[in-house]
Parts: sequence; C-alpha cells; structure tokens
Amino acid sequence: MIHIPILRAGKVYKSLDANKVVHFKSGEPIAELSQANRGMIARDMLKMSEYQNVLQEFPVRKLLEICKKAADIFRNESLPLGDHEQSPEDYISQLSSSTGMPKSLCRRNMDKILLVMEEMEAVLGGLTRGLDINVVDSGWVEQNGTPLSFIRETDSLGAILPSNSPGVHSLWLPAIPLKVPLVLKPGSSEPWSPFRIIQAFIAAGAPREAFHYYPTSYNGAAEILLKTGRSMLFGDKNTVAPWKKDPRVQIHGPGWSKVVIAEDKVDDWESYLDVVETSAVSNGGRSCINASGLWVAGRGKEIAEALAKRFAKITARTIDDPAAEIAAFANKPLAEMISEMIDQQLEIPGAEDLTAKYRETGRFVELDGCAFLLPTVVWCEDPTHPLAHSEFLFPYISVVESPQDEMLEKMGSTLVATAITGNRSFIQKIFASQHVERLNIGPIPTMKISWDQPHEGNLFEHLYRQRALQMIG
Amino acid sequence: MDIFSKALTEKMKKAQSDLDAHVREIVDWHFDPATGSPFWLEYAEKLDFDPRKEIGSFDDLKILGHFEDEWLRGGPVRRWVPKGLAGKPTYVFETGGSTGVPKTRININDFQTDYEIFSDTLNDETFPKGADWLMLGPSGPRRLRLAVEHLCQHRGGICFFVDLDPRWVNKLIKRGEHQEMQQYKDHVINQALTILRAHDNIQCVFTTPKLLEALCEKINLRKAGVKGIFCGGTEMNAQFHRFAREELVPGIDFVPTYGNTLMGLAACKPFNNDNDYAITYYPPHPRAVFEIVNPDNLDEVVDYGETGRVLLTTLTKEFFVPRFPERDEGDRAAPIDLYPWDGVSNLRLLSSLQTSVVVGVY
Repeated sequence: MIHIPILRAGKVYKSLDANKVVHFKSGEPIAELSQANRGMIARDMLKMSEYQNVLQEFPVRKLLEICKKAADIFRNESLPLGDHEQSPEDYISQLSSSTGMPKSLCRRNMDKILLVMEEMEAVLGGLTRGLDINVVDSGWVEQNGTPLSFIRETDSLGAILPSNSPGVHSLWLPAIPLKVPLVLKPGSSEPWSPFRIIQAFIAAGAPREAFHYYPTSYNGAAEILLKTGRSMLFGDKNTVAPWKKDPRVQIHGPGWSKVVIAEDKVDDWESYLDVVETSAVSNGGRSCINASGLWVAGRGKEIAEALAKRFAKITARTIDDPAAEIAAFANKPLAEMISEMIDQQLEIPGAEDLTAKYRETGRFVELDGCAFLLPTVVWCEDPTHPLAHSEFLFPYISVVESPQDEMLEKMGSTLVATAITGNRSFIQKIFASQHVERLNIGPIPTMKISWDQPHEGNLFEHLYRQRALQMIG
Repeated sequence: MDIFSKALTEKMKKAQSDLDAHVREIVDWHFDPATGSPFWLEYAEKLDFDPRKEIGSFDDLKILGHFEDEWLRGGPVRRWVPKGLAGKPTYVFETGGSTGVPKTRININDFQTDYEIFSDTLNDETFPKGADWLMLGPSGPRRLRLAVEHLCQHRGGICFFVDLDPRWVNKLIKRGEHQEMQQYKDHVINQALTILRAHDNIQCVFTTPKLLEALCEKINLRKAGVKGIFCGGTEMNAQFHRFAREELVPGIDFVPTYGNTLMGLAACKPFNNDNDYAITYYPPHPRAVFEIVNPDNLDEVVDYGETGRVLLTTLTKEFFVPRFPERDEGDRAAPIDLYPWDGVSNLRLLSSLQTSVVVGVY
C-alpha cells in the first residue's frame, strides 16, 4: 500500500503512527498517512530561522522561474509519493477516490493550482499592488523616488488545509517566492495535492528546507498555529472560532458568498440566471466562494422557481463521467444528516424547498454506491430564516427578497458578493460595507477568481509589513 | 501446539494459581463482616449467594458483575474503608476529572506498596539510589503527586514539585483558549526549569509526554544531569516512544508507564534497543489484573494480538474493584518471562470516547 510520509524540512519521515486514507465509496484503504506527533512539529519549528535562511539565499527571480518549472512538472511528470511514483493521472484518480469529487472537477482544481504557479509574478504583483518584487531580496526598493522597505514578519507560514476543494492550495503557494517556508497540515482525505505540489517544487529546484508536511491530529494542528509566526486556517465555524482574535492566524471559514440583484436590474433577472447557477454549482458547490445566497430587491419567488427548475435538471453522475457536476460525499451519514437538517429547518415557517417539486427523487440520492445531495433552491420569504444564512457542502442556494436599503445589513458576512447593479449610490454602499470581503460589480460569477486580487486577506500583508525608511548618502 | 515455552507455561500456571489464592484471600477480607468495607458488606446483603463461599478463583469473580465507576462519585467516602483497616491514616485521591465529576478512591498504604514494587523494575544506573527527582505532573488531589514522591523517597531521594492544575487546562481546551493554555504550559515549564537549574542532584524526572516535549524545547536534559525519565500519560504511543528515545531525550533511560487511581501502576516491557517501540504494559499481578475483552461482550476475552476493551480488576485489602470496564482499549499481549500473565499493547482511548474526552496535560 502507498505510504505517504511526513516531510520534515523536505526529508521523508515515516511515522509509527499512521491513519488510513480510504476510498469514499468502498471505505477500503487507498493509502496510509504518517501522523506527526505534536512534539515533533514543535521541535522542528525551533529550526525555522535556519530553514528560512536557506530560502532567503534564492533570488526572487530564481524562485519565480522555479514556480513556472514546478507547474510544468506538476502537470506532466511522475513524482515521488512515499515509496511509489505518482503520475498526473494517478493524482487525479487518487484525489477523486478519497474525496468523492468527480475527475472532471479534480482536473479543474488542478488547473487552478497550475495557473497560480505559472502566473506567480502576476499574482505577486496583485498582492503587492505593483511593488518591485525585488524588495523580498533586498528589503527595500525605490519606487516613484521614494524608498519603500518591507520587513518579513515570520520565518514560516503554517496552513491547516481542508479536504473539500483542492483549488485552495493555490492560496499558500506565493509564500515560496515570498521566501517564507511552509508548514502544511493536509486534510485527512486530501493529502495528495500539497504533497504533489511540494514534490514538484523540489524537483524544480526549490530548497527542501522550505517544505514541512505534517499530517497530524487536532492537537498537532493547534501546535502549527501556535508555533508558526503566521498561518492560514481553513475550517468550519467551530474550528476557526477559537483563533478569530489571533492576528497571526488568517481565517478561511465559511464563505456565505452571495449574488445580489438590485432594483435597477431585477426585472431583467432572466439574463443573470447563468451567473447565479455557475456561482452556486461550479466546483460541486463545495467552495467558500460558491454562492449560497441570492438576494434580490423584488420578484424573488419567480426567480427562485426558475432557478429551481434549472437546478432540478442537475443529476448525480459517476465520478468518471466527464459531465459530472456534483461531488459524492465521502461520508454518507454526513450527507444524510445535512439533508435531514435542511428538512428540519424547512419546518420553520418562511422557507420552502422549491426544487423538491421539480425533482423526480429526494434531495439525498445514491448512485453506484455513492451518496449525493442534489442541488437545492430554497425560497426564503423571511430574510431572518436560518436557511437564508446557511451554506452546505453541495450546491445549495437560498433566494431572499429584501428591500434594497435593508439588504446589506440583513445579508451579514459575505466572502464574495457579486452585485448586479448600475446604481452608483447602491454601489457606494456596498463599497462601504464591512460585511463584504471580495466584491464583483456586474454579472461576474462568485467563483471567478482573479488571482492578482487578494483573497480573505492579502498574503503579502500577512507575511510582510512596511517599515519606515530614511537614508542619507 | 503450545505457543509458549515449557518454562513460561510453568510460570503462567504458577501465576494463575497465585492469583486464584489471592482472589480468595481478598474476597474473604472484603466480605467478612469483621474486616470488610460497609460498601461491600451492603452489596453482599443484596446477593442471593455468599461471595466467600462461591468465589474460589479469578474466573468466579464474574458472578459479582462489573464494578461501576459511578459508585465512586460522591460520598460517603468512608463506606469504602475496610473495617479491618479502621483508624489508620487514610488518604482520598481523585481521578483526573477529565470525564465529569471526579471519582474518589480511599488509600492507606496501597500507593506506597505499588510504587515500591515498581521501583524494583527501575535500573539503578539510570535511576540512581540517592538521586533527587523532579515531579513535573499534576499536583492537587491526585495519587500521582504523593506516589512519585514516595518512589523517590523509597530510593533515597528528595522530590521537587511544580504547581499544575490539569482541570484548568481541560477548561481552557474546552473553551478553545489555545493561547492561554500555551501561557499556562510556559508557566509550568518555567517552574521546572528554575528547579532543574537550581538543584544539581536532580537526576530523575517524572512527567507526561506533552510536558516532556515542552521541557525539551527549552533544555537539554542530558546536559542538565538527568539520567532517567519515568513518563506516563494518554499521548504515549509507539511513535512518541521512538520520538522520545531518538530525539527528545537520547541517552536518557526512558520508561513509559501506565497507571491510574483505581489500579496502581503497570510496568512496561523492557526496551531492547531493537527498534521495537511498541509499548506493552503488564499489571502488578496479583494486585491488579487486565483482561482484554470484546467491547460488546465483556465476558469474552479476545485472542492474543486482537484489540479489545481493558477490563481492570484490583485486588488489595484496601480496595476491591472487580472487572471494571476502563475507558481504554488495546491489543491483548501475551505473557513474557518477566511478567507471566496477560498484558496490553498499543493502549489508547476507547474509540467510542475519542471525541468526547478532553485530554489535557496528560
């Protein structure tokens, strides 16, 4: 059986404690995943400044070249996976088999990762707002006649990673050209992507010392968050709650992303159904940037009915089917529990599952031994209904009608808002809203990410801060 | 075909025979109106048989059913004191309290006896007689605090302590206060560092895996003069054992142990430098016995190497615990020459409890 080891400063370490990575459908083990004990992580962290020094010696231009080369290797080459070799097709197949994500979606996620590796210079340009990137070599640059100096805040970036959406791995990749070693805890059912990315970087010439890969327990994850100077935490509301007040930890929690159709555009709602559907369904509805809410200034029920008819056409397909749009649940009882929870909440007056009447089956279905939740549209007459503020691990959207002047306050926290409006006054209000993290003005799907824009905080600003600099001579 | 050598088989038979005789002695004591505790005498009144007549061997203990830990929650605690030991100075020890209201156990000399027996398993070169000890573990109403001190004194040393309240740590974990927990851990470790640096003769340490890791981030214990570490706690597994020997404390004798307030202290199968880091514990027979049983049928002992729930029986004149289902599971380990009775390997929290029990500094 494949054994995926720990990587300590890039060196393989096979633990005596290993968990099984299982096939989402059969439950049969696909691989063993070495588990790092908490103290091992803490001990390795004591040497982080040494490891950072090794990375520091690489000029940023060289690291950008390595990113491009790593992308090519990631896409085309076989890479080490413990004692085995992993081809690109093996990767897609393994990723699909442990997460339940259709291979077609796995490929799309792979493309997202590759795009960031290939376009790293543009990504850094976005993160630094056009700052001369040589600043990470020299500590300062002169721009527009003014000296600008930035200081690195940490010797390592920790990342507690999810299992639901491999595309998120593109978020921590810029740490390497920014010369900050990585300390990664992979998701228990998605150890593949971060391991393969690391192997591609090493094969492309990046120093091994920059990569630490620790499959570990909850305690080990806490150790990473405590011992790395800066980190990213992906998780649900309960997982991220204890760390929200720690400025060293960048939180990537639930998204509650939304599409908003304002008064001036709502009568033309049929033109925007594609945008709404893509926002909710793309990537199997698993991402924090998938829309889980459609907020409209009028005609809500009518729009919800039309969306429901569309969503009801999306069916469960096998993971090998190129037309598959939704992922199977690796955990069947979880799928049943989510569906039951939605049904229980529908008993609270003010919400109705409109897809139910258009589907030939229930929301929960099984196909070829796999569990699926079919795309669901819930019409929420009451904007305070719990289902108007929910998101789930499948394509789910609540349609809520609200007076425009009350909408932003009622919407609450929103990772990505796509605002379909030409009303300048309303746009100004959205700009001023502290609830909205990423903003798309116009019919841009919430899932369409421009990688030269920051995501849930700017990684450059997370890792570096500007220092005052004056020089004579 | 017998799986054990003839010599070991003989030792196992002798151990079983000693155990059966010990069971008869202990049952006679606890159910005798002149010597038994109020609890067991009242318990016997509800039975339709006389345990002293019906229980002639370890296997016969089954007719008493299973000890329930709920009996240990709350008072009156004196109902557990055997009449035969009335008037002797009595301690009361609490469990860690990681599963709700603490259980209490009375104690007179058992903890000293248990740790004196355990002392015989320690290497005199790495746990030198006359060396002082640091007890870096939970303080307060726990047996461990006094027991380690007694072990140290029994070996001619003086024991130093830190203040450590594991229940506070558990609360911090439940509230998700990781940073405050880290500060508390630093506070505990700083106390230990101060003691270690101030007292040259400290050569032995008791601690838990988490605290050992934290201590070793700050100090090289071998350079500080430590020769032996006696370590117990829920994070102890083969990987930690290897990590400790290879990285945390190379060159220091590392002795894993398993103990609790109800049982006493189990010894670990000696490490043979053969890269076999699996940890196998053997109880202090015949004072305590492990049975590794099917969790769904506690009367069914699993085969050697198979996983089961730990069923603990404690048999001392101070305390009688027949067939108590522990919150731990492990693999049934075969007898060895040194310990010719059943042991347990790969001990861990029972799978069904793994999400509900908070494991703090232990």
